[in-house]
Amino acid sequence: MDFDFYLSTMWSVLKALPLTLEIWFSGVAIGLVIATGLTWLRASGYKLGEYFTRGYVFVFRGSPLLVQLYLIYFGLSQFDFVRHSPILWPILRDPMYCTIVAMALNTAAYSSEIFRGSLRAVPVGQIEAAKAFGMSAFTRFRLVTLPIALRLALPAYSTEIILMTKATALASVVTIMEMMGTAQKIQHDTFRPIEVLTCAGVIYLLLNLSIARLFAWVEYLLSPHLRPAPEQSQQVKPVPEVL
Amino acid sequence: MPASPAAAAKAAPSSDETPAISVKDLRKCFGDHEVLKGISLEAHKGDVISILGSSGSGKSTMLRCINLLETPDSGEVRVDGELIRMKPTRDGHQMPADIRQVERIRANLAMVFQSFNLWSHMTVLENLVAAPTHVLKRPRAECLEQAEALLKRVGIWERRNYYPPHMSGGQQQRAAIARALAMNPKVMLFDEPTSALDPELVGEVLRVMRSLAEEGRTMLVVTHEMGFARDVSSKVMFLHKGEVDSVGEPKEMFARPPTPQFKQFIANFNK
Ligand SMILES: Nc1ncnc2c1ncn2[C@@H]1O[C@H](COP(=O)(O)OP(=O)(O)O)[C@@H](O)[C@H]1O
Ligand SMILES: [Mg+2]
Repeated sequence: MDFDFYLSTMWSVLKALPLTLEIWFSGVAIGLVIATGLTWLRASGYKLGEYFTRGYVFVFRGSPLLVQLYLIYFGLSQFDFVRHSPILWPILRDPMYCTIVAMALNTAAYSSEIFRGSLRAVPVGQIEAAKAFGMSAFTRFRLVTLPIALRLALPAYSTEIILMTKATALASVVTIMEMMGTAQKIQHDTFRPIEVLTCAGVIYLLLNLSIARLFAWVEYLLSPHLRPAPEQSQQVKPVPEVL
Repeated sequence: MPASPAAAAKAAPSSDETPAISVKDLRKCFGDHEVLKGISLEAHKGDVISILGSSGSGKSTMLRCINLLETPDSGEVRVDGELIRMKPTRDGHQMPADIRQVERIRANLAMVFQSFNLWSHMTVLENLVAAPTHVLKRPRAECLEQAEALLKRVGIWERRNYYPPHMSGGQQQRAAIARALAMNPKVMLFDEPTSALDPELVGEVLRVMRSLAEEGRTMLVVTHEMGFARDVSSKVMFLHKGEVDSVGEPKEMFARPPTPQFKQFIANFNK
């Protein structure tokens, strides 16, 4: 085995990691904001809001991210008003921004479904108790519904976020030299696809492992009430108010 | 905390005093099933009213209409003389006219649920300070101090930093009662507080409730504990199929059941 080649490939692909992380983080962060808006719209009880979010989820969950990316990058630039818009054009002519937009729109559809499900799974007795003690709708949401729903959403949401790290590889099809793009270039230059793809695969694996561990840790921190009971003798520190 | 002796608390209230709770002709349907068919009830300060009735007779619905967890179809609820204002909806029902008023009144009507409903993601102590700090806007330090005192009183101070799922049912229900007390409520509503407990845990919860009755708290207690109804409460109300079948002084009611339905009901219990 050619260790030097492995090492140099590893190093080249790793140098593209920051770009991969940037796409991933931006996509997930913007997606989270959109998902929050969609969830709110869906839960608000307005019929129009419900139809809009249903339609949104249908479109963005029902079609491949690759198709969405192509349509955003190549498709939208066909429209004159996009090319003449001082806001849209700087974003949509840039493949990096297009990837982020596509990822954000796509993950928002999945995430809003996850959030909707976890909101509905909050036990009704917990909310009734908050009502019965005179909490306003906002206080109820902040102190009871949201913290419980967040914990319920975490396992599914962490899976969605891991899917998004893998989705960043699609950026390579619109010329972005993130990890996958870099790997493909090395592969073209050296004709050694097995070694190169193995290196890229290992880095993605380690990246997702860290993200999964991070989420597991957050889940652990947020769920002391779901862990086994502490020993009677052992003193438990009160958890500071987080929200 | 009022600490009038039990005897004084149970003395017949003067009739010109404003009732703590006054319910008039409460009606409620679920679909075409009429669950409450015109219930009236008056509770004066210091009254402990036991509400009896077989399963499905509308006891919970009545209690939940008083704090607007259910919206009554018609009838009026007054708390300390204040009418909960309602407005008609387009579909011919009604809804609270002013949700702020409802929230303010709910804060005076702490509820204890059959299934405790402690907030599972908060420790016992946090459960006790959440509503006083966020609803009554009292200083956190003061609420914490009061919470610890209340937990000592109900005998679970050692568990103050536990999460509800880590405690027995009896401990959870005592914590839930302490959570209600932390609001300094004018009236406490209990919906079958011991029905979800293992038999050996019922006693510890009933002891706490008895001590509340003795210090003159105003309580509406839906219960199947005949001993509590007979010995502790100042009034017994028997609901049958959504109507008030009979109301009376407990000893009298149990000694001489005023209606065949009530007689049948206690006979079933003594079997
Ligand atoms: N949210 C609801 N929707 C439909 N029916 C209900 C609802 N809540 C209660 N009921 C019905 O109303 C009747 C009275 O219920 P409830 O007040 O809980 O009785 P109790 O507490 O005396 O056992 C029952 O027949 C029950 O099935
Ligand atoms: Mg009931």
